Amino acid sequence: MTERLLDVENLTVEFKSGGSTMKAVNGVNLQLNKKETLGIVGESGSGKSVTATALMRLIPSPPGKITNGKIHFNGRDLLAISEKDMRNVRGNDMSMIFQDPITSLNPVLTVGNQIIEVIQAHETISKKDAAAKAVEMLKMVGIPEPEKRLKMYPHEFSGGMRQRVMIAIALACNPKLLIADEPTTALDVTVQAQILDLMKKLQQEHDTAIIMITHDLGVVWELCDKVNVMYAGRTVESTTTRQLYEKPLHPYTWGLLESQITMGTQEQQRLPAIPGSPPDLTMPHSGCHFSSRCPLATDICRSKAPDLVEVQDNHFVACHLQSKEQIVARKEGIFNATAQ
Amino acid sequence: MQQHNDPILKVSNLKKHFPIKSSIPFKKSTQFVKAVDGVSFDLYKGETLGIVGESGCGKSTVARLINQLISPTEGVVEFKGTDLASLNTKDIRSARKSIQMVFQNPYASLDPRKTIEYLVAEPLVIHGIGDEASRKKRVIELLETVGLSAYHAKRHPHEFSGGQRQRINIARALALNPDIVVCDEPVSALDVSVQAQVINLLKDLQKEFGLTYIFISHDLNVVNYMCDRIAVMYLGKIVEIGTYKEIYENPQHPYTQALLSAIPKENPFDAKERIILSGDVPSPVNPPSGCAFHKRCRFAMEKCATMQPTLDTVTATHQVSCHLFEAIQQEVPTP
Repeated sequence: MTERLLDVENLTVEFKSGGSTMKAVNGVNLQLNKKETLGIVGESGSGKSVTATALMRLIPSPPGKITNGKIHFNGRDLLAISEKDMRNVRGNDMSMIFQDPITSLNPVLTVGNQIIEVIQAHETISKKDAAAKAVEMLKMVGIPEPEKRLKMYPHEFSGGMRQRVMIAIALACNPKLLIADEPTTALDVTVQAQILDLMKKLQQEHDTAIIMITHDLGVVWELCDKVNVMYAGRTVESTTTRQLYEKPLHPYTWGLLESQITMGTQEQQRLPAIPGSPPDLTMPHSGCHFSSRCPLATDICRSKAPDLVEVQDNHFVACHLQSKEQIVARKEGIFNATAQ
Repeated sequence: MQQHNDPILKVSNLKKHFPIKSSIPFKKSTQFVKAVDGVSFDLYKGETLGIVGESGCGKSTVARLINQLISPTEGVVEFKGTDLASLNTKDIRSARKSIQMVFQNPYASLDPRKTIEYLVAEPLVIHGIGDEASRKKRVIELLETVGLSAYHAKRHPHEFSGGQRQRINIARALALNPDIVVCDEPVSALDVSVQAQVINLLKDLQKEFGLTYIFISHDLNVVNYMCDRIAVMYLGKIVEIGTYKEIYENPQHPYTQALLSAIPKENPFDAKERIILSGDVPSPVNPPSGCAFHKRCRFAMEKCATMQPTLDTVTATHQVSCHLFEAIQQEVPTP
């Protein structure tokens, strides 16, 4: 259980546009053990998808570039290997599913061809055997009449079915790591429940580790063992899922947890909301990126960026407030008073 | 909720069937997408009615029908006692002053080449309200109402974040002092923290101006928080309608039950039992016979495949369309 699969150190990704450089990901650390599920949560623009694409080395370059950091995966440094070796890693050892299944499937090829293509790219196998394997994969992800479905095109599938096909393609070579970038955001709740259920089942069967990128904390509670909360390209808090829910330490995490609407939210109660909106990353910024929205920000927050420190066992926080102060300072609804 | 007054909007047996174009030119189409198939509800002043359902169930088509942006195949939309379909184009325009819309995608609903001032004043110009100076004043007033400032007026949409753009859309909808605002997934494209800001704003405005909302969403948590009453739609029909308490605490329709159980957990300790629906929503071109839901229903009986259920009364405010409920009613006669 404790075998380390992925170790990311100080990952930094920059994008150049016009005259300015934007640090989309700024010194992110990730650790993932075998069979574990890590959630990466954050708002749009927080750098969660860029982190995931960087792990696959799929950042479009130019304008993007991994400028710093190490990605140790399964005993190898992925940033040091050749593109040819990397192609072997992708699909074989780690694969990815995306938010919108219609844009990730090729509309002019049958679904069968697309699965067979992946299998043949990584294994020396006859087309017939690959097709048989494709049928098996479709069966595994719960698509009825797989033989018939193999000959159909993506537009003949519904959103949920397409995402199942994507999962089948991603798992075709039995990868050790599956990166899922908002896999259920484009789907209805009932279909989301189906897909999450399927991912849980397949993870147990295949011992795959999963990185789940989402903005929905509900999905994190469903699936993840650990969570990384990202804000403006940095990890602000990283701990186990239960710890994050019970004892969140970063003010941004509080805001995120409190502004989540759940069934228990009283209808008369005003929703706590984080004021303002995320910062523009092309602007130079000293200090904590969250300081402009943080109700507890002090002078040091505005001048010096906090480091990610381990304040408790396996609980990392990047905040100038010490953990004890934070817990004392945490009154229910600090975001109520400031909410517009 | 003032259930005793006359409804401000009355929708009865509303239907919209979109023809599917035949591939043979000039041949009359014989197939129809039954996007909305017999929807009826009343809307009372000052309340928020939520419409929930999966994609393709006809929620947005209902919104567009109410506003007469598309004309219904059948059925009546009555606003303050007048049938909107009976009005001519000019009168419909003035009726639309009272029924405004806010759309889902704040990036697509604002013209990128116009200033905010122009965009917010546009409804006033179209309806010929006020002169230029008074319109300018009104725009600033509206921007301040939705939490923006006067200096935002000269800017263009790309200078605003998603949440701010949705505020601009709300300001635009409010420009004509409407009675009803139809919000079609107003917060679905926004981040959680910003979503909360916009929901708070919508609630504040409702209190301040006595607005009536029709709130369309697929997010059941948001609907529960926002709405007084909720209508659950499936394949163009309302399968259950009631107050939010009745829907969430005592759902009668198996589809409502499944929908509610599909909401992700509230916390990592929540051990929730889940009803996983098999399959997908059937095609609205060829909806299943009888009850449209029977192919995915856990409790489907023989009768469900052949006979369409009608809306039955559970309580004065709660109605459900299911044979199962009828069967239970017959077994245990209500006192």
